[in-house]
Amino acid sequence: MADIIRGTWVVAYRELLRFFTERTRMFSSLVMPLIFLAIFGAGFQNLIPNLAPGINFLKFVYPGIIAMTVLQSSIFSGISIVWDREFGFLKEILVAPLGRSGIVLGKVMGAAAIALMQAIIMLILAPFLGVSLTPAIVAALIGSVIVIAMSLSGLGVLIASRMRSQQGFQVIIQVVIFPLMFLSGVFFPVNNVPVWMSVISKINPVTYGVDAVRHIVLGKELSAISGILGQSTNSPLGVTVFGHTMAPGQDIGVVAVIGVILLAVAIWSFSRQD
Amino acid sequence: MNIIDVKELSRNYGKLVAVDKVSFQVAEGEVFGFLGPNGAGKTTTISMLCTLLKPTSGEAVLCGHDVIKQRNQVRRCIGLVFQDPTLDEYLTAEQNLRFHAYAYHLSKELREKRINEVLTLVDLSDRRKSKVRTFSGGMKRRLEIARGLLHNPKVLFLDEPTLGLDPQTRRNIWDFILQLRKQQNLTIFLTTHYMDEAENCDRISVIDRGQIIALDTPEKLKDSLGGDVVTLTAEDNQAALKELKEKFALSPEIRDGHITFSIPQGEMFLPKLTQNFQSRLISIGIHRPTLDDVFLKLTGRAIRDTEAGEKDQLRRMSQRWRGRR
Repeated sequence: MADIIRGTWVVAYRELLRFFTERTRMFSSLVMPLIFLAIFGAGFQNLIPNLAPGINFLKFVYPGIIAMTVLQSSIFSGISIVWDREFGFLKEILVAPLGRSGIVLGKVMGAAAIALMQAIIMLILAPFLGVSLTPAIVAALIGSVIVIAMSLSGLGVLIASRMRSQQGFQVIIQVVIFPLMFLSGVFFPVNNVPVWMSVISKINPVTYGVDAVRHIVLGKELSAISGILGQSTNSPLGVTVFGHTMAPGQDIGVVAVIGVILLAVAIWSFSRQD
Repeated sequence: MNIIDVKELSRNYGKLVAVDKVSFQVAEGEVFGFLGPNGAGKTTTISMLCTLLKPTSGEAVLCGHDVIKQRNQVRRCIGLVFQDPTLDEYLTAEQNLRFHAYAYHLSKELREKRINEVLTLVDLSDRRKSKVRTFSGGMKRRLEIARGLLHNPKVLFLDEPTLGLDPQTRRNIWDFILQLRKQQNLTIFLTTHYMDEAENCDRISVIDRGQIIALDTPEKLKDSLGGDVVTLTAEDNQAALKELKEKFALSPEIRDGHITFSIPQGEMFLPKLTQNFQSRLISIGIHRPTLDDVFLKLTGRAIRDTEAGEKDQLRRMSQRWRGRR
């Protein structure tokens, strides 16, 4: 047990050390979401009418981009095990007296910490977009981001534990990360799309993460809409599954359950290789 | 006391038997050389001994701990230097060592003391704050050795410690290894492709096709060839071969257009040979047997010929690529 705990913190420590030492990676991971926001904001803002009273496109997309940042940085952190394998450092970790599950948990914790920092930096933009934040909102957001990041980095580790080289990396990005990202309701509400897309979106765990973050950040305004339209059970901007509109707590529950499963499989898959 | 005790250790990959019932012991403080052509099972054996790979059958005990049941205890008492780099190049030398100290659970006081000690030992103290990326190949290898020693292991595994290094750096690393062995009661288990380096071992085992085919001191292995090695070339090698067999009752072999055989007291034999030899000779050479000759005799291959396997080529390419950055 001590070996597992030590494994967790040693690996997480190195993950953070790497993040702070690599200025370029830090810079690009912080600037990327800003670029997305600026381009999508400027490009679509005048094209798309308000999605709901008081919620213009920019405001709608902003929490989605926060969730997207979390998605990207956590999956990449998980997959970074492939780099460690390729450049040899994984061997140094594997021959150390550390529990295998600790190594996976360390990656996941490190990923969650990095994702959290990025999400918090994104919050600086809130006042400029007319989103008002309260300490309660920030606290709820921190909790949700940690759960989402841990689940998705579990997915990253799972993918990486089966990959032997970086060769397949591009494929993984195109086949896994892009669909997860674009079919998650970041850029459009998943309730108003063709059925096939809606079905895929609702299978995608990221959708629930995005929905939770959106509810938390735009909380008041979203509930106001439901009030105005008198549709307490079928919000146009939320996620409706079998006629039930997900509340943020339920969203996080779904993400957490999927996360626990992904993590368990990732630990099993990673420990199996010796 | 035997610090490494291996009994009938085997590993299969599907139907392929990579290591086939290998048994050997290594005494404490010994420098033990593990030689063999590529694909002979060297890396598989080392991987099993350092708990990276589960044996299919058999058992191995290191420092009194079983490699299957007590993996973390085994890991604590061994240090490893692999042939491929395993440093985090984006971190500094110090950060790499500190990670290692944390991972091996060194106490706080011991941690900084040992980091200073090993950095001094490999002469890298002045570069402790530099990123490993900026190091030369020799410096990286020295840092890896320093890291392998950081937690005071009882056994140090060196997998091709000098591969891809220039002759001078190779020399330095070897001086360093021999000095280590004198200063600390460290057992060293190493693989190498360089036969001149293998001479430094107390004992050598040669592994081929998953089995140990020889295990002895370098001197005894060389003596086992039965004297000096004579290499000659004749105008007609076949005729000369026949003549050697019939007249002198030797068992010569033809390799790469040369005839070679071993004979005790070769200096005395050569005049006798040249006096009444019928075939016309082009050249004759004689040398004391080297480990190269032993290896050739045992495996039928020169160790250098086996070197350029596909994986090594890839490795060399990646080293070149890394060197360019």
